Amino acid sequence: MEDSSLRYAFGNVLCFFILLLIGLLAFSIRLFSVIKYESVIHEFDPYFNYRVTQFLTKNGIYDFWNWFDDRTWYPLGRVIGGTVYPGLTLTAGTLWWILNSLNIPLSVETVCVFTAPIFSAFAAWATYYLTKEVKGTGAGLAAAALLAMVPSYISRSVAGSYDNEAVAIFALIFTFYLYVKTLNTGSLFYATLNAIAYFYMVCSWGGYTFIINLIPMHALLCIVTGRYSSQLYIAYCPLVVLGTLLAALVPVVGFNAVLTSEHFASFLVFIIIHVVALAYYIKGILSPKMFKVAVTLVVSVGLVVCCAVVAVLVALVASSPTKGWSGRSLSLLDPTYASKYIPIIASVSEHQPPTWPSYFMDINVLAFLVPAGIVACFLPLSDASSFVILYIVTSVYFSGVMVRLMLVLAPAACIMSGIALSEAFTVFTRSIKFQFPGISQSHQIDAGDTSSEPSGDVIQNVVKTDKIDEPVKEWPSRRNKKKEKENVEKTSKPSIKSKIEKRLMVLPLETSIISLCLLVLLGAFYVIHCVWAAAEAYSAPSIVLTSHTPGGLHVFDDFREAYAWLSHNTDVDDKVASWWDYGYQTTAMANRTVIVDNNTWNNTHIATVGTAMSSPEKAAWEIFNSLDVKYVLVVFGGLVGYPSDDINKFLWMVRIGGGVFPHIKEPDYLRDGQYRIDSEATPTMLNCLMYKLSYYRFVETDGGKGFDRVRRTEIGKKYFKLTHFEEVFTTHHWMVRIYKLKSPRNRIRSKTKKSKSKSSSSTNLKRSGTRKKNPWH
Amino acid sequence: MANLSIYILTLLISPILIAAFSPENPTDRRILVLLDDLSLRSSHSLFFNSLQSRAFLLDFKLADDPSLSLQRYGQYSYDALILFSPSAERFGGSVDLAAILDFADSGHDVIVAADENASDLIRNIAAECGVDFDEDSSSVVIDHISYAVSETEGDHTLIASDDFIKSDVILGSTEIEAPVLFKGIGHSLNPANSLVLKVLSGSSSSYSANPKLKLFNPPTLTGSSISLVSIVQARNNARILVSGSLDLFSDKFFKSSVQKAGSSTRYGKSGNEQFVTELSKWVFHERGHLKAVNVRHNKVGQSEEPAMYRINDELEYSVEIYEWSGTTWEPYVASDVQLQFYMMSPYVLKTMSTDGKGLYHVSMKVPDVYGVFQFKIEYQRLGYTSLSLSKQIPVRPFRHNEYERFITTAFPYYGASFSTMAGFFIFSIVYLYHK
Repeated sequence: MEDSSLRYAFGNVLCFFILLLIGLLAFSIRLFSVIKYESVIHEFDPYFNYRVTQFLTKNGIYDFWNWFDDRTWYPLGRVIGGTVYPGLTLTAGTLWWILNSLNIPLSVETVCVFTAPIFSAFAAWATYYLTKEVKGTGAGLAAAALLAMVPSYISRSVAGSYDNEAVAIFALIFTFYLYVKTLNTGSLFYATLNAIAYFYMVCSWGGYTFIINLIPMHALLCIVTGRYSSQLYIAYCPLVVLGTLLAALVPVVGFNAVLTSEHFASFLVFIIIHVVALAYYIKGILSPKMFKVAVTLVVSVGLVVCCAVVAVLVALVASSPTKGWSGRSLSLLDPTYASKYIPIIASVSEHQPPTWPSYFMDINVLAFLVPAGIVACFLPLSDASSFVILYIVTSVYFSGVMVRLMLVLAPAACIMSGIALSEAFTVFTRSIKFQFPGISQSHQIDAGDTSSEPSGDVIQNVVKTDKIDEPVKEWPSRRNKKKEKENVEKTSKPSIKSKIEKRLMVLPLETSIISLCLLVLLGAFYVIHCVWAAAEAYSAPSIVLTSHTPGGLHVFDDFREAYAWLSHNTDVDDKVASWWDYGYQTTAMANRTVIVDNNTWNNTHIATVGTAMSSPEKAAWEIFNSLDVKYVLVVFGGLVGYPSDDINKFLWMVRIGGGVFPHIKEPDYLRDGQYRIDSEATPTMLNCLMYKLSYYRFVETDGGKGFDRVRRTEIGKKYFKLTHFEEVFTTHHWMVRIYKLKSPRNRIRSKTKKSKSKSSSSTNLKRSGTRKKNPWH
Repeated sequence: MANLSIYILTLLISPILIAAFSPENPTDRRILVLLDDLSLRSSHSLFFNSLQSRAFLLDFKLADDPSLSLQRYGQYSYDALILFSPSAERFGGSVDLAAILDFADSGHDVIVAADENASDLIRNIAAECGVDFDEDSSSVVIDHISYAVSETEGDHTLIASDDFIKSDVILGSTEIEAPVLFKGIGHSLNPANSLVLKVLSGSSSSYSANPKLKLFNPPTLTGSSISLVSIVQARNNARILVSGSLDLFSDKFFKSSVQKAGSSTRYGKSGNEQFVTELSKWVFHERGHLKAVNVRHNKVGQSEEPAMYRINDELEYSVEIYEWSGTTWEPYVASDVQLQFYMMSPYVLKTMSTDGKGLYHVSMKVPDVYGVFQFKIEYQRLGYTSLSLSKQIPVRPFRHNEYERFITTAFPYYGASFSTMAGFFIFSIVYLYHK
């Protein structure tokens, strides 16, 4: 016994250091972006979070809570405190505050940049604990190692990617861990912790609805399959009661926690679990005959109550225009919903269904290991492993609806693959050990074991593996009772029989060794792929772009150039209009008021901007002028071949604009259903503001051809003047162009053009003659 | 006032700070007079003398003077321009059509007079300001009914008109009794153009044609749509006077007696002098120039200006408006100055009350809508410079601790929750310890 406890101690120490290394790995693999580029906030949403964090650190939590931001969504403004998930901001703010009070003077930006890597280490550890609850330490370590470098998660948590998901994935896994832990232990302490973890998740990300639907589903599954137990009750009910109360405290959720249909499943199951609990209680105190009477009574009363509740729910849901579901959730259930009805949701690329290659890109070999993991979870099926199975099944479905939700699938895939890998390794190493008793002995000697015969040792080993499996709780149900009896018989006949059984499950030596090698190879491929993905695919901050050409590395820093120009050359209160993608960056980097931004809460306002962009110059000027806009910013990739520019997004502006203002019609911008900007384009297209602002003076750049390198065509209209806008700034690579609205004419000219005097017309001719190359200068 | 810099005062748009012409002293001082012929200086001396007696510095130049220039070192050397050179095909020096338009667009005033020999250049200047002279260059305004009676019967091209614009600001408070003598070409205005006004229009019987030719086609310009003298106030408040007659300003017309055909009263002196003098006062910003200063707003009961209001706040807004009298700023008194509390559309529109000393004041309640509002005054009245003030002010919702703590109607719920808590507590004790 002593040597086994020594082995445990060694195992624990080893486990501790492995976890430490996994955390280190998770952290450092996400630093490619800092090393290859710089320590900078990435993309769009992180800039908003960064700005909010700055506000929080400067003004404190109460001002943050009550923050009314008058610099976005002009002139409506936005109540930031009530519309933002505060978890990430509060986390980073607290981190910064702790560091500062320890006299470590890091800037807020640095803290924000490194929040995501730190939390991915936490997420790896949480995965370890969750998987350990399901299938033991080995599986836990494997899952944690896989999660530390799964590309799908890396894509959302590289250093600088300061977004909600960075902390939310940790919160998600940790909540699941505590739920499973409560299921396994039945401890009210863990149940309370679980509710708190759920609260943190609600604070962090709108994806909390996944938890509040998955856990009731699991509870229901347990009840339906007859596995109701007091542990389940303890794991479920406190979570719903405390969790809902806590969730309602978050301003952005508020009464949604009890009013929207995303949360109804949990209440329904809450009712059901109580009915079931009552049934079990009554069954305990009544005689079987009385119980039957009671059952009929309860069932009839319960049916009536259920009908009433369902009727109320249906009435509630039917009375709301979107049937009580928010657009994003509806598009989860009906993948075609968003593209049909809500162009603003469909226009975001991360809300599109993923393609098959993206599965291989994002979870790589895990896709092949997951089925094996599911099989392993059925041997034997416990509450915990059934939960993990449910988790993977639902997340696979959701990831198929939205690319973004691959992120939810990734931890599930890692857990499953970790289980599969660890089970496979167990089987193979056991086979080898059986055939080489000497090896295992030497192992044990190495491990400080001084004990006796090799055969007995093997038996001990087997027993030990059984012991490890012990925390996996067998289902205490009627169906299993017979098996349990058999088990009892089995254990009564001591280990020789199990040894024989195990022998039967042993694989041939060569197969085992080859399989082991193949598994290691598979793992190696995974590691190589992950490192490549982290280094090459997912580390670009997207505000700084690079391209490798034979001439060397080119850096396109146009975005920051443009924002710096805005912040230095325009008045503090000037309003800048652009498509909503650039709203967060403009407020955060240029500190100028914007009309719309990435928090797409007001469709009409976005449609107004979309309409302006798709209108001819004069109409656009009037729209912008009514919004007090001074500058218009467009992103144009035609010169350097940057594909995600405004011309490529333009059809969405037309669609969103046309959704609210019917005079904008999509077919007017398409020639025979094709979107084109060459000479075949429709006049509406060639005269709209977006075309003009993008291609104004473009023909100058390549000597009269006007070749667009994104659309790979010559532009349709090359020489034109702007009447209501004037170009004030164009960045080095023409990626951002800023225009100013001209003020209305000082005088109103008479309509009838006077016949020009001969002298003036001749000078005009001369002018145009000398300036043929630049007709507008 | 530090706040002053925030206000967008269109009336103060004047990029060039010249001692004579400044926001604080808007009357012009230095005037360039361009003449076709230096003899005009004596033939129109009464008009020029009246200007000089009002302390204007006149600089007479020939229109084709090669040393002519409006700017020196990027600064305008003149505050206003009088073009008494109807036949000039081009100006000398650096002055051309664009230079004159730029002059006006930078806030300076112009008087343009044409006659039957008006050149394309003069016509183009007028057209750029929204005034269309009759396209037929040989036609003049003829009126066979309200012509001025003279010794010779003539061709009725000398018109006695008394169809003035009804505005005390433009033509002064004393009524012009005698008709104004006019001899020259007519012009028309686009009715959609809100910046240009007829000051003196033709009678319903007037028309524009060549008096020497027989009329075959109906004339294009007829009746009261003919404008004889028009004024333009540009968006930057530069004022431009366009007259179809140069003789209108002449000594001869100033002094001559006038009798309108068909009328028995004969006036010893025509209305020209009074008309032209009053009009020139308006053009050179001696009248009808407003300024708004000391915009203040605060919560009722407080004195300092907040950076942000809360919904349903009570607030006070005040502004001082003065009118330039030519020498001093006098309080402007009117009962129609309105304040808008504006976010895409006015949420509150209130008439401000005045104390008669230039101070306008209003108190209002912030609407129950949050957002970025503006205090807006858009004051545009005939003859006055346009006054448009706007000041951005955000309105925030309640803070979390500004709501009522307890609502009376919710007392049953409070009672229910507290009694449930108490009941549960008692139940627990009974259940756990009473067996």
